[in-house]
Amino acid sequence: MKESISPSTAVPQPANLISERPPRRSFLGRFQHWEWMLVALVLLAVVVNTRLTPYFLNGQNLSRTSVDFMEMGLMMLPMVFIIITGNIDLSVASNLGMCASLMAVLWNLHINIWVAAGAGLVAGTLGGALNGFLIARVKLPALVATLGTYAFFRGIAYVLLGDQAGRGYPPAFTYLGQGMLPHTLIPFSVFLFAVLAVVFGLVLHRTTFGRYLFAIGNNENACIYAGIPVARIKMTLYVVSGFMSALAGLVLAARFGSTRPDIGTGLELSVITAAVLGGVDILGGTGTMIGAVLSLVLIGLITFGMGLKNIQDQVQTIAIGGLLILSILLASIARTISAGGVRINWRTVGLAAVLILIFAVFFFFFYWSRAPVLKAVFG
Amino acid sequence: MTAKNPTAPRSNPLRALTRFRELGIIIFILILAVVVGLRASDFLTLGNFRDILVDISILVIVALAQTMVILTHGIDLSVGSSIGLVAMMVAFTIKTDPKIPLVVVVLLGMALGAVLGTFNGLIIAVGKVPPIIATLGTLSIYRGMVFLYSQGYWIPPYQLPENFPDLAKGTPLGIPNVIIFAIVVAILVYYFLNYTRTGRDIYAVGSNPDAAQYVGIRKQQIIFLVYVLSGIAAGLAGVLWASRFESSQTNTALGFELQTVAAAIIGGVSIGGGVGTVPGVLLGALALGMINNAVTLVRISPFWEQAAQGLLILIAVVSDTLITRRIQRNKLK
Repeated sequence: MKESISPSTAVPQPANLISERPPRRSFLGRFQHWEWMLVALVLLAVVVNTRLTPYFLNGQNLSRTSVDFMEMGLMMLPMVFIIITGNIDLSVASNLGMCASLMAVLWNLHINIWVAAGAGLVAGTLGGALNGFLIARVKLPALVATLGTYAFFRGIAYVLLGDQAGRGYPPAFTYLGQGMLPHTLIPFSVFLFAVLAVVFGLVLHRTTFGRYLFAIGNNENACIYAGIPVARIKMTLYVVSGFMSALAGLVLAARFGSTRPDIGTGLELSVITAAVLGGVDILGGTGTMIGAVLSLVLIGLITFGMGLKNIQDQVQTIAIGGLLILSILLASIARTISAGGVRINWRTVGLAAVLILIFAVFFFFFYWSRAPVLKAVFG
Repeated sequence: MTAKNPTAPRSNPLRALTRFRELGIIIFILILAVVVGLRASDFLTLGNFRDILVDISILVIVALAQTMVILTHGIDLSVGSSIGLVAMMVAFTIKTDPKIPLVVVVLLGMALGAVLGTFNGLIIAVGKVPPIIATLGTLSIYRGMVFLYSQGYWIPPYQLPENFPDLAKGTPLGIPNVIIFAIVVAILVYYFLNYTRTGRDIYAVGSNPDAAQYVGIRKQQIIFLVYVLSGIAAGLAGVLWASRFESSQTNTALGFELQTVAAAIIGGVSIGGGVGTVPGVLLGALALGMINNAVTLVRISPFWEQAAQGLLILIAVVSDTLITRRIQRNKLK
């Protein structure tokens, strides 16, 4: 674990996590190289944003922007657990949509908003239980099972709400997503996320349950032989993930003040990106909660900065996707170099030249083909 | 490796199993046909069958490439965005230069797709980034590039040359071209996977990567290759998409990657790699297409479509897993 500097490793880490950990480490002592790297990147993003625009260091702006990432954050917390065990949950955003839609339907039927919200939470938890059942009991691969429920939950959202929308929520409910703590600039949802992040962090790093998660991610079979209730733990994880997705759904509905069945579409990718960028190994076994939270802050800052520079939302996804790939690619390159580097001969140089040429032609075409470049040939 | 290999000689119990897998989908398709046929008389007609085939043709092309990727224990989540990007670039090109021959348009689309696939392949095979992460990243990147390229505009039908829709919808051979494209791709992939050395290597890499390397298969090259092929298929699909819908939008093929994965999984392709056949995937795509078509014909609210699809995926994988497990248990006795 001490040697592990990378956010991800293509080869599984040796399963020595349980015995090697000293009994107590200070909060900062837990930071590994990747976390420091993230801290540096966050500071860099702050500096760049400050230089880019005078509107960045503004309490109101920051407070309002931070709210936009809380649904992502709420779903990220259990996702970190799930990815550490070597599994994945692609259905979180669909589950969010299902719960928000159920709540909207009940609200449209003039049912008390808190009863409706409670029903949403129950539905999300049941959805998570379905995932858990498929993965822990039927033993489907997590990717396949949650791909199925990804379509299924979103489908239910459409069945429930169709072309309708839920709107006109009472202020007591929209406070969840729009309100501030009294006399501060701290939004309620940020407060909620912070409290839950601490709880999830403590569970992950300070309890036996948390140690089991790392152990399962490193060697699931060994855990089964060691008598760890692997199936029950997985079930718990997916149930918690379902509950948190539902909670995120309520916060998102409260923030928007309305609900349509496509609410939160595509958020699962951002959630996974945040976790993986935070140093959680997609193959399982490594990761810290502080890293994941730092990466959420980083993504938030970058998105905010680009927003202030009037870069379209859709173009911002290029940066987020690039960041996701780079975070793992750089670690992989570092590992190759420390393992002795790449032998450079004429063949590698030639291949690299061909590839660069191909990409250059592509980008030439990308930038110029909106003008008639091929006219010379086919005029 | 040979034990899991569907076409390997003398592995009769497992061959029977793979046959049985496809039999399961066939039974499902027949039941669906009868049930829907009783409810809607239009369902079991030749015309409707043709409509279904047209609907699934693009899916078949991409799902077969996706199958090759999944066979190596990978996944390509970027195909939807690749289709969108290629469709947009091709549509803009043909809008500015309407005189480009259609053959060149198709080749251009496939070349653009190949570049996108090469990028995926490089990150995965050389950069050693896990496929799901790499293609999740390029899913965002390519989709963002669609917006960057089009500046948010989309190409409406009247801006495209008149002969462009014929590429997918013309019927010089009696059936729409897009079906011909799908059939040709299916035959090529079937031949490639079953009768060429590289095709067999794909199964080998997916079944047991270490063993494949020991017998001298260049694992990295095979993995690189399947992503390039997936990109080429996505490029072809992008051209056909723009031609069939006579337009190109920024959200073209949004979420399509999951349909391709679904078609493969319903068709019996194992997400763990090494198991899957071309006929199975064709049936998987057909099952998906029939469900979408049936939902419309039986006049169920179209909002049920996605829920039904999700349920079908779950039923398919659960029953497949349970059957496989039972057969393995019986073999042990």
